[in-house]
Parts: sequence; structure tokens; C-alpha cells
Amino acid sequence: MSAYEIYIAYATIVRKEIQRFMRIWVQTLLPPSIIMVLYFIIFGNLIGTRIGQMGGFDYMQFIVPGLIMMSVITNSYGNVVSSFYSTKYQGSLEEMLVSPMPNWVILAGYITGGVARGLAVGTIVTSLSLFFTQLEIYNLGIIVLVVLMTSILFSLGGFINAVFANSFDDISIVPTFILTPLTYLGGVFYSIDLLPNFWAGASLLNPILYMVNAFRYGILGVSDIAVGYALLVISVFIVALFSYCMHLLNTGKGIRK
Amino acid sequence: MTYALEISQLHKIYDNGFEALKGISLKVEQGDFFALLGPNGAGKSTTLGVVSSLVNKTSGSVKVFGHDLDIDVSQAKCMMGVVPQEFNFNMFEKVQDVVVQQAGYYGIPRVEALRRTEQLLRQLSLWDKRDDASRNLSGGMKRRLMIARALVHQPKLLILDEPTAGVDIELRRSMWAFLTRINEQGTTIILTTHYLEEAENLCRNIAIIDQGDIIKHSPMRELLKTINTETIVLDLKQALTQAPTIEGYRLLLVNNTHIEVTLHRGQDINSLFVALTAEGIQVTSMRNKTNRLEELFVNLVTNNKTDLKGVNA
Repeated sequence: MSAYEIYIAYATIVRKEIQRFMRIWVQTLLPPSIIMVLYFIIFGNLIGTRIGQMGGFDYMQFIVPGLIMMSVITNSYGNVVSSFYSTKYQGSLEEMLVSPMPNWVILAGYITGGVARGLAVGTIVTSLSLFFTQLEIYNLGIIVLVVLMTSILFSLGGFINAVFANSFDDISIVPTFILTPLTYLGGVFYSIDLLPNFWAGASLLNPILYMVNAFRYGILGVSDIAVGYALLVISVFIVALFSYCMHLLNTGKGIRK
Repeated sequence: MTYALEISQLHKIYDNGFEALKGISLKVEQGDFFALLGPNGAGKSTTLGVVSSLVNKTSGSVKVFGHDLDIDVSQAKCMMGVVPQEFNFNMFEKVQDVVVQQAGYYGIPRVEALRRTEQLLRQLSLWDKRDDASRNLSGGMKRRLMIARALVHQPKLLILDEPTAGVDIELRRSMWAFLTRINEQGTTIILTTHYLEEAENLCRNIAIIDQGDIIKHSPMRELLKTINTETIVLDLKQALTQAPTIEGYRLLLVNNTHIEVTLHRGQDINSLFVALTAEGIQVTSMRNKTNRLEELFVNLVTNNKTDLKGVNA
């Protein structure tokens, strides 16, 4: 395939993926928005006013970056895992496998779809947060970079989950039992300075901590982790997961018989 | 000579240890209408799965118009269109989108993809359904949608895995006419089917696969010549209580108005009618008991099973 033909193939998957989550916006865009508004009201307004300050900011201001990241993470992951598994389950993945499109284009198309939904939900949640607090932008470049890298990373994670999933139960196990706990323990609602030494050290093993803090740095200018180090950790995870995804596609594991 | 499809020593052993293909070799000439027949589980779909890159082979080689799947998979895939046995499109997509997206996967620009899609959907009488969700189509329409999707990138080789399964006879005949037309226009077609009448009517060459081996590979005409006997059913005007005895023919009374006659290859049928007329028996119509190819197919597969039992004994 020529570079132009590869671009068309890639654009076809991206268009299909964006149309998919836009067509079912009641399932894909609305629920995370409602959930985040509830977080803003309950944790930010009702409980937050009693907590006072965290990291030198109002509690509401402190948790908003984490909640935005939480929605980006869950939606990037959720989009790819559900879309790719459905494609596999219905057999329509074969449409792509019989085509001359290289495997990396299939992966890139689905990842872009996941990033698009992550960004769409992230934008909606950010807009909604403005009804509850004022957001300063400390470093726009870091904000954009961290959101993009995080959504790419979790889209890759969703892809791996979908490849190994054999039932619809399998695509909800990781989000429920791994992703959600890691997100809650990733410094969304608190600074790790509040934790005893052991748990603060253990938290450093949680990759989500780096993303939440790097994003918080972009908005508030404060972080529990050095931003450069956080970006390095995210990059390493992206390279590792991308390589693994390509290995799965090239060997056909979970995809070809 | 470059073949449309050239398979050499193809082996497939699944993870559970089942050997689905035992080193088969097969050649399909360009422009051919080729039938790959075999009983359920014989290895037909595995063979086509390997050719279309949906199944990983264990060993052997596959070339499509000279392009080796191990070396030049992209070119090989461009040459092929695949219509699988099971419906495998997104049931929530619109009919038109299913075809346009497939064109996109082959790198065809959207404007051209839309033009080709309209042309194919019109040819296959699906244009009126273009905005319907594909899940709402009837079984026959879904099969035609898969054919449109497989043809949108204008492949030189079309692979059809039981394309008329569960399709009513009228629609089946219209699909035969469509496939014959595109074959005449130069597209090589490989077909698997359980309707042996379909294979006999459409295909010029044939391979029969059983238990992972090719047990017959020859032109259809030559294969049919090997049939030694043929059974004909005669419908009688008057009822009989026993089969008449006519020298040189074996007649069996099926019921009081039907007689079965077994004819050997080359045996004429005129003297049979003369003898029946002399006996005062009037025949109102006649037909083959089974399709000729069906009879041959059953014999070959049964003999193969017997041979294998002998080997394993």
C-alpha cells in the first residue's frame, strides 16, 4: 500500500470509531459527565468545604485536575476495549484482517479513536468544572502533552484487554478491579504527602499517580512528582504497551486461529 | 505459468493438536471457476482461512497470483476478496457504510468508494436498503451484502465459503447468474458449497478434500466421466404390483408408481423404453435419483474413510 492508501485506511478506522461513540453518546459521553458533576458537588462542594485546603489550594481546585484525568483514563480505555472486543465478537475484525492494511494502522486507528473519546469527555468535564471552580492554566503545553500521552497509554491498555477477552465479562474485570482502584489511589483526591511513608512509597508504583500529578502541575503548578520524571514514566509505559500490542497483532494471538 | 492460487504442502495443526490440513497442494488457474468440496470438518474453511490470512498456517506456502503470503502479503491480499461462511459485518452499521468502510481498508478514496458501492449495491439489488442497519436485512440480503463488500476493491480472485447456504432457490439462481457474469468478466472464483448441483452447474474444476487431504483434483468434466452407474427414477402412469423383468436392466419398484433403474456408463436407454412399452407400461416422466456429482462425492468420501480405517487397523 502507498502512504496515501495507508492514510485512507487509517482515516477509515478513525472515522468509524468517532462515529461509533458519537452515535451512542447517551452511553459514551453523558454518563461520565453526570458522574463527574456528582463528584464536583459531593466531594468538591459538600465535603470539600469542610476539608479546607490541599496542597495550597481549595479542595475543589485540587481534585478537579485528578477528576478530569480520571475521566480521560476510563473513557480512553473503555472506548478501545469495548469497540475492539465488539469487532472481534461480531467477526467484523476479519474485514480488517483480510485487507492489506498493516497491523500498525489497525492499532493506530483504534488508539486514535480512544484518544478522541478521552479528549471529548475530558473537554466536557473540564467545561462542567468551570461551573464549580476557577481553573488556572499554569502550563498549557504540559496539559496537552499529558492528556494525549495518558489517553494513548490507556487506549493501548484497552486494546490488550480486548485481545485477551473472551466474553463481555472479561472487558469489565480490568476496569472494575484494577483501573478504578489504581485511579482512586493515584492521588486524585489527596496528596501523597498525607500518607505514611510506606504507603507514599507504595503509591510511587502506581502509574496513574504520575499522570494525575503531571496534569495537576499543568493546571495548578504543583505536583507530588517531578514532571519530567512523570513524563518519562508515561513514555516508557507507552513504548512497552505499544510493542506488546504489535506483538499480539503480528502473531495473531487472540485474533487469528 | 502464474496461478490465481497455488498452495504447496500446506499443514495446519491447531493448538489442541488437531491436524486440520495434512500437507495439501492445490493449483487454481486464472479465470477458473473452482469448487472446493468436502464434508463438514474436512478442512475447506481452514484452507480458505489460511489463504485469506485469518488462520495461521503451521507450514507450507500459499501464493496468490504469484505473490507469496509470507513475502508479499499486502499484494496477495489486494488480489483477493473473501465472502466467509458466517455473517461477519458490524450488525449496527448501515448497509452502505459496511461496503464503503471495506473499500477504505484497501486505501480506496471515499468518493470512489461511494461510487463503487452504489454500483455494487444496485447490481445486487440492495441499493434501496443502503440506509438500513445491516442487522435488519434478510439472510439472503446479508449474503449479497458480503459479496458486495468482497468485490468493492475489484479483486482478481473471489473466495466464497458456502455463499448460498440458507438462501432460497430463486435467490440462489440469481446469485449463480451474478457469479457467472463476474467470472466471465475475468474474476477467478473459488467456491465451497454443500449444494453439489451448484458446483456441477458453475465450476469447471474441482477438488475434494476429506480429513485434511485432497482426495480428488481434476476438471469437473473428467470427474463426471468416472461415474460408472447412474440411477434414474421413472414415474409410471399405471400402478404396478411388482417390478417388470427386462433383460440387461436392473429395475426396482420403489412404490407402485415409481421404478428405479440403474444404468451403467455407456448403456443406452432407448431399448429400456421399447421394452417397457412392449410390457404395456407407460412412463410419464423421469429424473435422476441424485445429482451425479453428489453420487460421486459420496462414493469418494466413503471410500476414503474405508481406506483410512484399513490403514489405521
